[in-house]
Amino acid sequence: MTVSDIPEVSYAVADDGHGHLAEMRVDPIGLFQRVYDECGDIGRFRLADKDVVLVFGGEAQEQFFRAPDSTLDQAAAYPFMTPIFGKGVVFDASPEERQQMLKNQALRGEQMRGHASTIEAEINRMVAAWGDEGEIDLLDWFAELTIYTTSSCLIGKPFREELDERFAHEYHELERGTDAIAYVDPYADIESFRRRDAARENLVALVQGIIDRRKARAEVNGGSVAKEDRDLLDVLISIDMSADYITGIFISMMFAGHHTSSGTASWALIELMRHPETMSAVVKELDELYADGSEVSFQALRSIPVLESALKETLRLHPPLIILMRVVVEEIELAGHVIPAGTVVAASPRVSNRIAEDFPNPESFDPGRYIDPRQEDLQNRWTWIPFGAGKHRCVGNAFAMMQMKAIFSVILRDYEFEMVQPSEDYRDDVSKMVIQLAKPARVRYRRRAR
Amino acid sequence: MSFRVVADLGLCQGHQMCQGEAPDVFGFDDDTDQVVLKQEHPDESLRSDVQSAVTYCPAMALAIEEDQ
Repeated sequence: MTVSDIPEVSYAVADDGHGHLAEMRVDPIGLFQRVYDECGDIGRFRLADKDVVLVFGGEAQEQFFRAPDSTLDQAAAYPFMTPIFGKGVVFDASPEERQQMLKNQALRGEQMRGHASTIEAEINRMVAAWGDEGEIDLLDWFAELTIYTTSSCLIGKPFREELDERFAHEYHELERGTDAIAYVDPYADIESFRRRDAARENLVALVQGIIDRRKARAEVNGGSVAKEDRDLLDVLISIDMSADYITGIFISMMFAGHHTSSGTASWALIELMRHPETMSAVVKELDELYADGSEVSFQALRSIPVLESALKETLRLHPPLIILMRVVVEEIELAGHVIPAGTVVAASPRVSNRIAEDFPNPESFDPGRYIDPRQEDLQNRWTWIPFGAGKHRCVGNAFAMMQMKAIFSVILRDYEFEMVQPSEDYRDDVSKMVIQLAKPARVRYRRRAR
Repeated sequence: MSFRVVADLGLCQGHQMCQGEAPDVFGFDDDTDQVVLKQEHPDESLRSDVQSAVTYCPAMALAIEEDQ
């Protein structure tokens, strides 16, 4: 059984010479769902000159996620990232390198306490401007907040202090520059790619300015800078990296944690507003938890079961990445088919997380799924995949959950929220590979009466 | 009822969260950067700590199996 024996999905948008690319640019979720509906556990669609084989279900997805990097390559599957990171900046480290990075810095358990207090401080800083009531756009607000939290935790506080909303704006333009047409030509002459490239140049200029100020400061101090004023940027400057390359490294370090956290925070708040009974339960839980005056940075690292269930259910329904792709390096067997090198294989968190056999009433928001004895996340390790699965499972997921718990601990303690648009108007813009909340996504906040 | 702890070394990413939840059950091998089970059949009194380790393992590498 070879690739040509794998059923190919029908066309909902006419083939414009690049197979299903035209549909992927307007309705990727509809495309992936139809592959499952029409083809079952394994099906395929055409993306430019490549076959993309999509697998579904616990058995095939376990084979997919367990495959070693020598068999399935992640980096080559995402050509739209190269112009964003810049040539020569790695897309993702191997599992061994990831483990080393985890050991050395940022994401290990023992560092989480510091990150939690950093995040709490960043949220407080942004909320300080709120006053008693007003309106925010969820995309703008959470995208800016998560620029500060990811830069501060992953790069360093001195670097974060140099940033303002300009950096967040340019970064957003990068994320918008992920049109799937990159599978034909990552440098195609289209509006979103021109804006992407301009944004990257502007980011390099911002980072160059920060580098220049660091160097000037070091000179004033006779070449040395106090330890508390140093961060990763000083290390990279000391080994003579260019501003362009340093910017690429920073963009790549922040990328996985930015739009994902921003989108999840937005969707969690939307789902809580849509489900007042869950909102009440979460607020009650938080009020009781913080009644003794305990610190957010302390509690965000501990169990907050009602909030956690609501977050997990948000992630199930709105996974930030709707498709996870790999390029076959070494022939592999999936769902009874031998897939040759060069083929793209993929799993879709968006479709998988709503498979009715594993998640009864899949369309309903039901945080009760995660309560013992149902534990639908642990029971379905290979199909409950908001963070992926296997060796490449999101290495930042504990950080992300902690960040979400800190955000909601702060904003729900002092404020209540209501939708100012019809509920169904809050939706994702899926026209890019990096999906984001569609604008407007406005909500009203009001300080809680105490 | 007694239970068995299972750690999948094909999945462990070395986050060491489990050591915080149940230090008597989970250790760490600095050479391989992976979890080491100190005991496979912990006492029933440790069940809730082990369950927390399973729930919060960032790699979903841990499981509890009930002994028959």
